[in-house]
Amino acid sequence: MSGNGARGRGPQGGGHTRGDGMSDAGPLDLPSPRALAARRVLGNARAVTGLVLLGLLFLLAFAGPLVSPWGHDEIDFTAFRRPPSPEHWFGTTGSGRDVFALTVRGMQKSLLIGLCVAVLSTGLAAVVGAVAGYLGGWVDRLLMWGVDLLLVLPWFLVVAVLSPALGGRWPLLIPLLAAFMWMVTARMVRGMTLSLRHREYVLAARFLGVSTPRIIARHILPNLASLLIVDASLGVSVAIIAESALSYFGYGVRPPDTSLGTLIADGSGTALAYPWLFGFAGGLLVLIVVAVNLTGDGLRDVLDPAAPQHPRPRPRPRTPRRYGGRT
Amino acid sequence: MSVLTVRDLHVTYPPGVRAVRGISLEVGAGEVLGVVGESGSGKTALALAVLGLSPSGADVRGSVRLRGRELVGRSDAEMSLLRGRDIAMVFQDPLSALTPVHTVGDQIAETIRVHAGATRRAARTRAVELLDLVGIPDAPRRARAYPHEFSGGMRRRVMIAMAIANDPVALVADEPTGGLDVTVQAQILDVLRVAREATGAAVLLITHDLGVVAGVADRVMVMYAGRAVETAPVDQIYHRPRMPYTIGLLRSLPRADGTVRPVPIDGAPPSASAPPAGCAFAPRCPVALARCGDTVPEPAPVGPGGHRAACFNIEATADLDAVFPHRPAARRPEAPARHRRPVVLQVEDLVRHYRQRRGGPVHAVDGVTFDVRAGETLGLAGESGCGKTTVLMEILRLARPQRGRITVFGEDTAALAAADRKRLRRDLQVVFQDPFSSLDPRMRVADILAEPLSAHGMPGPKIQLRVRELLGVVGLQEEHACRYPRGLSGGEAQRVGIARALALEPRLLLLDEPVAALDASVQAGVLELLDELRARLGLSYLFVAHDLAVLRHVADRVAIMYHGRLMEIGAASAVYQRPAHPYTRALLDAVPLPDPLRERKRRRIPLQGDPPDPFAPPAGCRFRPRCPRYTALRNDALRRRCETSDPALHVLDPSVDRQVACHHAEGAK
Repeated sequence: MSGNGARGRGPQGGGHTRGDGMSDAGPLDLPSPRALAARRVLGNARAVTGLVLLGLLFLLAFAGPLVSPWGHDEIDFTAFRRPPSPEHWFGTTGSGRDVFALTVRGMQKSLLIGLCVAVLSTGLAAVVGAVAGYLGGWVDRLLMWGVDLLLVLPWFLVVAVLSPALGGRWPLLIPLLAAFMWMVTARMVRGMTLSLRHREYVLAARFLGVSTPRIIARHILPNLASLLIVDASLGVSVAIIAESALSYFGYGVRPPDTSLGTLIADGSGTALAYPWLFGFAGGLLVLIVVAVNLTGDGLRDVLDPAAPQHPRPRPRPRTPRRYGGRT
Repeated sequence: MSVLTVRDLHVTYPPGVRAVRGISLEVGAGEVLGVVGESGSGKTALALAVLGLSPSGADVRGSVRLRGRELVGRSDAEMSLLRGRDIAMVFQDPLSALTPVHTVGDQIAETIRVHAGATRRAARTRAVELLDLVGIPDAPRRARAYPHEFSGGMRRRVMIAMAIANDPVALVADEPTGGLDVTVQAQILDVLRVAREATGAAVLLITHDLGVVAGVADRVMVMYAGRAVETAPVDQIYHRPRMPYTIGLLRSLPRADGTVRPVPIDGAPPSASAPPAGCAFAPRCPVALARCGDTVPEPAPVGPGGHRAACFNIEATADLDAVFPHRPAARRPEAPARHRRPVVLQVEDLVRHYRQRRGGPVHAVDGVTFDVRAGETLGLAGESGCGKTTVLMEILRLARPQRGRITVFGEDTAALAAADRKRLRRDLQVVFQDPFSSLDPRMRVADILAEPLSAHGMPGPKIQLRVRELLGVVGLQEEHACRYPRGLSGGEAQRVGIARALALEPRLLLLDEPVAALDASVQAGVLELLDELRARLGLSYLFVAHDLAVLRHVADRVAIMYHGRLMEIGAASAVYQRPAHPYTRALLDAVPLPDPLRERKRRRIPLQGDPPDPFAPPAGCRFRPRCPRYTALRNDALRRRCETSDPALHVLDPSVDRQVACHHAEGAK
C-alpha cells in the first residue's frame, strides 16, 4: 500500500500539518539508535572488559598457531609429557604433542562452537517462542507440540547416531547442537510473550497497523532482551561442555583435530600429576565463560531502560488509580 | 487535646530523595484531617513514617507523638505493640494487605488476640460484630470466607474492620478509596464515618482526591513537594483558599455539575531528589514574586480556625480569579445539526461473550447500540466491569463481532480484507489509560511517534518532519524526542500517546480513560488539549471514562453502560440535568463534589451492593438487584414487569435526544 500522507480528505485533512509556531521544520537532530547503543556499550565497564577479553581470546586462538613453533598434529619424539619449557610453552602430552598448539587449536573450535550454538539456539528460541506466544491458536499448539517432541528426544543418542554422517566436517556440529538446546528457552519466551502481547503498547502498535513480524521484532523481542542475553551467555558454556562430552565419546571433533573439551577430558585423569595437560585448557575455558558473561551482563545493563540515561532522572509520577478490568 | 502530633518531620529515602521536608500537624480525638497531595508529594511517606513503617534505609527525623508518647526512634518490636492497638492503618490495596490463606474472620480475630489477649471465642464473636459494623451482609457466614471471595469494596470494609478492631486512638487511611468505582467509594466513605464514630479515633485521611475529602474531613492539609503548603478547616480550604497551589488544584478539578471548566496548572512538580531552593511551587505559580525563587515561605496564619498558608504573595490570592482565571472553552466550528452530519462509527447490537474454563460465559457486552457522528464526542461511562473497554476493543479489532454489526466510516468491519483493515486503521486511533504501559519502555519518543508512520510506508526524511510537528501539536518540546518514556512525567507521557494516535491523521479517536491515571492538575491540561485538538482537527471522539465529572466537560452525548448494556444514552446536558434511569441518577449522586457545604447537604440515594459479576445477568431488568426505584415500588404488577421483562432502549420525549432502558424511567408517563 502506498500511503504517503497525501490523502484527499475534505477541508479538515490538512489541519494536522499546521504546526504551532514551529516554523523551522528541519529534521530532528537525533542520534541513530545504533550509534546510541554503541556509545552506551562503550560506556559500560563490564561490557568493555568482556569484549576486550573476548577479543584477546580470539586473537590467541587464531594468531596462536601462526607463532607456535609446533603444529597441533606434529609429534616431538624427544619430549613426552614434559612440563612447560621455552621449547614447548605449555608442555607436551604423553604422545609428545605440543600442548600450546593443541590448546589454541581446540580454542578455535570451542569459541566458534560455543558462541555460534548459543546465538543460534537463543535466536531460534526467541523466534519460535515469540511467534507461538504472540499468534496463539493452532500456530502455538503446533510449535509447542514440536518443542515437546524435541524435548523428549534423547539428543545425545541422536547426535551420536548422526555423527558418522558428518564425516570430518565439525562445523556441522553447530546446527546439530543448537537444534537440541533451544526448547526450554522457547517455552519461557512463549510464556513471557503471552503476558507481553496484552500490554497496551503492543495493542497500540497493532491498532496502528504495524505488521505482526514487526511487532514481534520491535516490541516483543526487545522487551525480552534481558532473558535472551542471560540465556545466550549461559548457552555458550553449555554448548562447549556438550561438545566436549560428545568429543569424549568420540562423536564430536575427532583426532587428530581437537577441542578444549577433548583436552580437558583427556587431561582431567592426570590433572594432579601433570597439571599442564589440564590447567591451560581448563583455565582458558573459564576465561571464555567469564568474558561471555561479562559481555552479557554489560549488554543487559545497556539495553535496560531502567538504567539512568538522562542527566536528571525524574521519579515516575503516576497515581495508583486504575479502573476498569482489562481482559 | 490532640491525639496525634507531628512536629517538623523529615523523611529522606536513599539516595537523597527528600520525600517529606518538615511537616507539622495535629489531629484531635474524633477529628478527621485530610491530607491532600498529588503523586510524589510525599503523603504516603508521611503516613508510613507516622506508623514507623518507613522502609529500611529511610532517614526519619523530627517528632511523632501519639498521646504524648514519642514514636520516632522506637524499635520495630516496640512499634509492633502499638500498631494495631493504639494506631492502625487502612491500606490502599486490600488484596495485598490481607493474607490470602486465612479467612477474614480469623485475620480480624488474630489482631484482637495479639493485642487484647482475648480468648479465641471472644475474639471471633468480636470479629463478626466488627464485620457487621462495617456493613458486610450476613457477617457470621462471611467471616469464614477468604479474601479473594470478596469484591474490592467488601475487602476495603474488611480492612477497616481490622483497623478498628482494638479501638485505636489514631487511624491512618492511605487512599482508602483508590481504585474503587464512585458508587463503592461513596459506600466506603460512609463506613469510614461509622468507624470514626464507633472508635472516636483521630483519623489521618490521605488522598489525592479533593472531592473525597470535602465530605469527610474536618480539616485539610494540602501537601506539595514534601511540605504542607496550606492547612485549614475544610470549608475554608474550599471557599477561601489562599495558597496558589490549593487554588490551582481546586480549579483543576472537573465538576459533575459542569458549572466551570477545569483550569490546568502548567508545568510539573519538582524532582524530590533536587527540591528547589525557594518555594517548590514557584516555577508553576502565576503570582510568584522574585523572592519566592530563593526563600522558602513558612506557613503563616491567614484566616480563622487555624488557617495557615505558606505563601509570600498572600495579598494576590485574595481574588481567586486573579490567580487561576477560568478559561473560555475552545471555540468549536459552527457545526450543522446532528442528523445532518455523517455517521463515523455505528455499533449495532454488539455482543461479546467470553468463554471460560469453568462456569458459564462472561457476558462482557450484551447487545449495545450507538453511533458517533462527525465532530462530536460520545462519552461512554459505567462502573468497572460493565464492558465499556470491551466495546472499545471490539471496535478496534476491525473484525466481525460475535454478534451485531460495527460500521466504521460506512464500512462494515465484517467484510474487510486485510488491506482495507490497514487502510481503515489510519482513520481510527486509540489512546490508552496508563500512558506508561502504552509506550514501549525500550523506545525513544521519536521512535514511538515514527512507528505508525513507517508502518504505513512514509519515507524516512518525511517521518522526521512529521515527528517534530506532532510534538508541537501536543505541546511538547523537541528535547522530548530523544527521551525514553520513563524520563517523562505522567502528563508528558500521555501527550506522547495522543501524538502517536494523531500521527496518521485519524478522523475518529477512541479514548480509553485517557486521564484516569493522571493527577488532577495535569488531567485538566490533557482534557484541554483534547478539546482543542478536536476543534482544530475536526476529530470525533469516543471517550470511555468511569468519571462522570470528566465526561461532563468533554462529551456532547453520553452513554451509561451497566452489565454489558446501555441504560441511558443522549445529549449530555439532558442526561446530567435530568437523569431518567435510576442507575444514571445513582452514579451522579455518588460523584463527590469538591464543595463541603453542598456535599453535606446533598440528598443521596446510595447505590447498594457491588458492580455485578458479568456472568449470567438476572432475569428481567439487569439493574434490578441494585435498583432503588425497584425497591421503592409498592405495586406488585409494576415490580413484576421489572422481574420478567428486559427493558429496551426507548425514547421518552421526542423533543429531547435521549433514550432510556427502564420500565419506570423518570419523566415517563
